Amino acid sequence: MTGDLNAPPMDGGGDNASTCRDDTAREIAASSAKEAKSTWCASHASRLDGYNFAYLDEQTKRMIRRAILKAVAIPGYQVPFASRDMPLPYGWGTGGIQVTAACIGPEDVLKVIDQGSDDTTNAISIRAFFQRTTNVDVTEQTADATIIQTRHRIPETPLSDGQIFVYQVPIPEPLRWLEPRETESRKMHALVDYGMMHVKLYEDIARLGRISTSYDYPVLVNDRYVMAPSPTPKFDNPKMDNCSALQLFGAGREKRIYAIPPYTKVVSLDFEDHPFEVQKWDQVCALCGADNSYLDEVIIDDQGGRMFTCSDSDYCAARRAKGFRGPALEQVPKSFWRNKEED
Amino acid sequence: MAFDDDLPLLSVDGLSKSFGATVAVNDVSFELWPGEVLAVVGESGSGKTTLLRCLGAGLPVDAGRVHYRRRDGEEVEITTLDEPARRLLMRTEWGFVHQNPRDGLRLGVSAGANIGERLMAVGARHYGKIRDEALGWMARVEIDRSRIDDRPKTFSGGMQQRLQIARNLVTSPALMFMDEPTGGLDVSVQARLLDLLRGLVNELSLSVIIVTHDLAVARLLSHRMMVMQQGRAVELGLTDQILDDPQHAYSQLLVSSILQG
Repeated sequence: MTGDLNAPPMDGGGDNASTCRDDTAREIAASSAKEAKSTWCASHASRLDGYNFAYLDEQTKRMIRRAILKAVAIPGYQVPFASRDMPLPYGWGTGGIQVTAACIGPEDVLKVIDQGSDDTTNAISIRAFFQRTTNVDVTEQTADATIIQTRHRIPETPLSDGQIFVYQVPIPEPLRWLEPRETESRKMHALVDYGMMHVKLYEDIARLGRISTSYDYPVLVNDRYVMAPSPTPKFDNPKMDNCSALQLFGAGREKRIYAIPPYTKVVSLDFEDHPFEVQKWDQVCALCGADNSYLDEVIIDDQGGRMFTCSDSDYCAARRAKGFRGPALEQVPKSFWRNKEED
Repeated sequence: MAFDDDLPLLSVDGLSKSFGATVAVNDVSFELWPGEVLAVVGESGSGKTTLLRCLGAGLPVDAGRVHYRRRDGEEVEITTLDEPARRLLMRTEWGFVHQNPRDGLRLGVSAGANIGERLMAVGARHYGKIRDEALGWMARVEIDRSRIDDRPKTFSGGMQQRLQIARNLVTSPALMFMDEPTGGLDVSVQARLLDLLRGLVNELSLSVIIVTHDLAVARLLSHRMMVMQQGRAVELGLTDQILDDPQHAYSQLLVSSILQG
């Protein structure tokens, strides 16, 4: 190590191997150090100087991987972990990027979405962060990615085997607003004492005539734990059920990781006479004409003009590339969609 | 084993509880039969409420045993019962009415949800049926049915207390613990609540342990009475017997302290 001038000062791979106690961990560390080094040599010019692969040191990644393993073993259970300070504020995805950093390898292809879109601030900065600290390939196409980090949406394109889907979670505790004591809410999880969840839904119906919770809609995972699916719209809840991909949830400020392993039963809570329903729109996407995707309302001028478009920008662009056209496409100022069309 | 009415529902044997050097409950034993109302009376600080909390709210005891006979006839030991089983008992077979209704109600959700909570906790998943049940109970405890979607914080003290009772009775418990249910209410509201309680207790053949410092409440509601002083049960007997012919010096003092109108 000492003779290797190319090695960045904080590269923990080599140092780490000597401190690992068990053989498997040493093997993994050694191989990841090798990979990291080869990537490092290949991409010396573009990877950020002075940081370990994927920013976190190897010990931290081990700790997070252990939490992830436990979370996968107990679907829906919130595993505490020693969340680190990350170079972005709480609430911007500190939990998500720690989970991604612990999972990502040099061969991975990363996609980051924020409210369904690949090109909003949060998505761009997190993608840039991983490009600079790992130099992995990035993509906007759901099908091409091996790791997808998300804020608030699950892509319309179904996830597939082998993909890892990472959620950024602000408040992991579904009972938080019902039972303020953490000691008590943990006990309620332990004892499957979930009557309160339905009290909340009851209140919705009593006041508004229907279950008005439209995002962060509580689900029951594997018939055991009630789980907060992060603030994704309830439109996406059915996609979590029996999903092919591994779903990981990271809450940085609250220091919790939880998971849904592939092909796990996920049921949205409801009443027999008020069954769970997803949002519906009486129009199709103005750009691509899709009638089965989650639509965002976009204000397009200062005259009150607005349109509904797919929130999943990749899905919408892919449909347009295939020749689908939405009804309002011609009425929209060209500048709004020209760039996407030319891509 | 079938449920046998000739056996006690609850038997307490040598129950003691201290807080540091303060002995709150000292070697208390008694039995409660199905359908019986037992009043625990005594001055402030005599250990009444602590006794109730040891029995019905899971407060750990220092010594003694408490046996409860479940509906299925099986006897369980309360002080060593594990948490899930105890919570299940509290949701299904027991009720606990706090002196201050705000301790027993969820003030943030509507009256209907307060009554329905226990039903939902034991697995009711039909909104319409839960609501019908809630409406029925509101009528039974004499709260206007139109207030079902109002939050209990908009209710008067007496209404809150009646709502708390309805919320406990909705899963038709066998045993109710009541901690000064009429405390803090004015006299006319007290009278109405006592009337209601007496009716419900008869109708549902509830067993009740009611803690009170008000001997008039004890006389109206209870079959038997236990007088407590400094953590000890000094006298236990039929209510009218104790009130008309108290034997222990402290009971005599208590009875003679009733204001004569």
